[in-house]
Amino acid sequence: MYAFDLVKPKSLAEAIEALQADEAQPLGGGQTLIPTLKQRLAMPGSLVSLAGIAELVGISASGGVLSVKGATTHGAVAAQTDFPGLAGLAGKIGDPAVRHRGTMGGSIANNDPAACYPSAALACGATIVVAGKDGTREIAADDYFQGLFTTALEEGEIVTEIRYPIPQASNYQKFEQPASRFPLVGVFVAKFADKVGVAVTGAGENGVFHWEEAEAALASNFSPEAVEGLTVSADGLMGDIHATPEYRAHLIKVMTKRAVAACA
Amino acid sequence: MPTISMTVNGKSVSGEAEGRTLLVSFLREELGLTGTHVGCDTSQCGACIVHVDGQSVKACTMFAAEAEGAQVTTIEGMANPDGSLGVIQQAFQDNHGLQCGFCTPGMVMTAADLLKNNPNPSEKEVREYLEGNLCRCTGYHNIVKSILAAAATMRGEQVAAE
Repeated sequence: MYAFDLVKPKSLAEAIEALQADEAQPLGGGQTLIPTLKQRLAMPGSLVSLAGIAELVGISASGGVLSVKGATTHGAVAAQTDFPGLAGLAGKIGDPAVRHRGTMGGSIANNDPAACYPSAALACGATIVVAGKDGTREIAADDYFQGLFTTALEEGEIVTEIRYPIPQASNYQKFEQPASRFPLVGVFVAKFADKVGVAVTGAGENGVFHWEEAEAALASNFSPEAVEGLTVSADGLMGDIHATPEYRAHLIKVMTKRAVAACA
Repeated sequence: MPTISMTVNGKSVSGEAEGRTLLVSFLREELGLTGTHVGCDTSQCGACIVHVDGQSVKACTMFAAEAEGAQVTTIEGMANPDGSLGVIQQAFQDNHGLQCGFCTPGMVMTAADLLKNNPNPSEKEVREYLEGNLCRCTGYHNIVKSILAAAATMRGEQVAAE
């Protein structure tokens, strides 16, 4: 690792102040950033640690919305009971020790094309709350995720909260790449009274996306059979040594059917 | 270099750490606690697992300064006060839960974290909890057996030795 200063602010305001410095970068749980630093793929002048800021940690549910503060760990999300589909997703990220450090805000800010949380945020139509020197902004998930490792976050902004409308039923299914345990394909299905969200991670060349045909089909008939007749195009899907675009397209349908079946 | 302080295995300690100093480097090189191992240094293997404020973490993927003021427990803290093996350590010995022993500190720390929250885990739950701990010798069977035996001992049940 290159040398850097580690800054430990006590409040959100102090953190945003520290992030205005040249080459400053926020540090969530570090479960992605620290391995990146070890490979010398990042060279921040300073890292601003968010993990110790009490006002950035916590989960609350009210009015049918689950609010998760940015520095809340995957382990804490897995333990909440107000949104079981999200708990199930969080409880299968990485391994127990990783879940004790890694944070939802860090994952949402990084927007790895194979991260799990973005699929839940997109399927549910979550609101991403970000804060910077000019105040806070609320961004719809559809506008927030913009491509590989690319989001609506501006320099010096951090994710402070993610608000998920809680679905009537939901489930996340992932087919893991066996070495990294990241999803080759992950699908989050969220059933609401008036609509169904289906979002796919691990597969798209531009990161997480809606499978709109499945959303429409499931809205009128919420059953695995509703998806059976649909086909997923391999156009725009990732291909690598682990899986071809065609295989990923196949997995999207299989994972969607499993997730719908698990919602019952 | 800044000086940082924390409580390790019940003792207040302090030492020097750069911003980039990893917790595992601080424990091993600054405090001389070499029971915590560095296996992969890429957060895969779990040989470096310690407890920070009661939760298992990979000490190769956390900065020492982030543990400032925290309660840290390492494998050295798992022995009984008289130096004899703790329950989980003894179970690993009794059940041949280690061969080369390199992964064992992390296995024991993960087992302790599991058993604190789930005193009566199923074999499946033990295997799932070990997802972030790699062993290249045992094939995991005896590690799982060791943890189940330790759980039974901690619950006060008699376990027939094999």
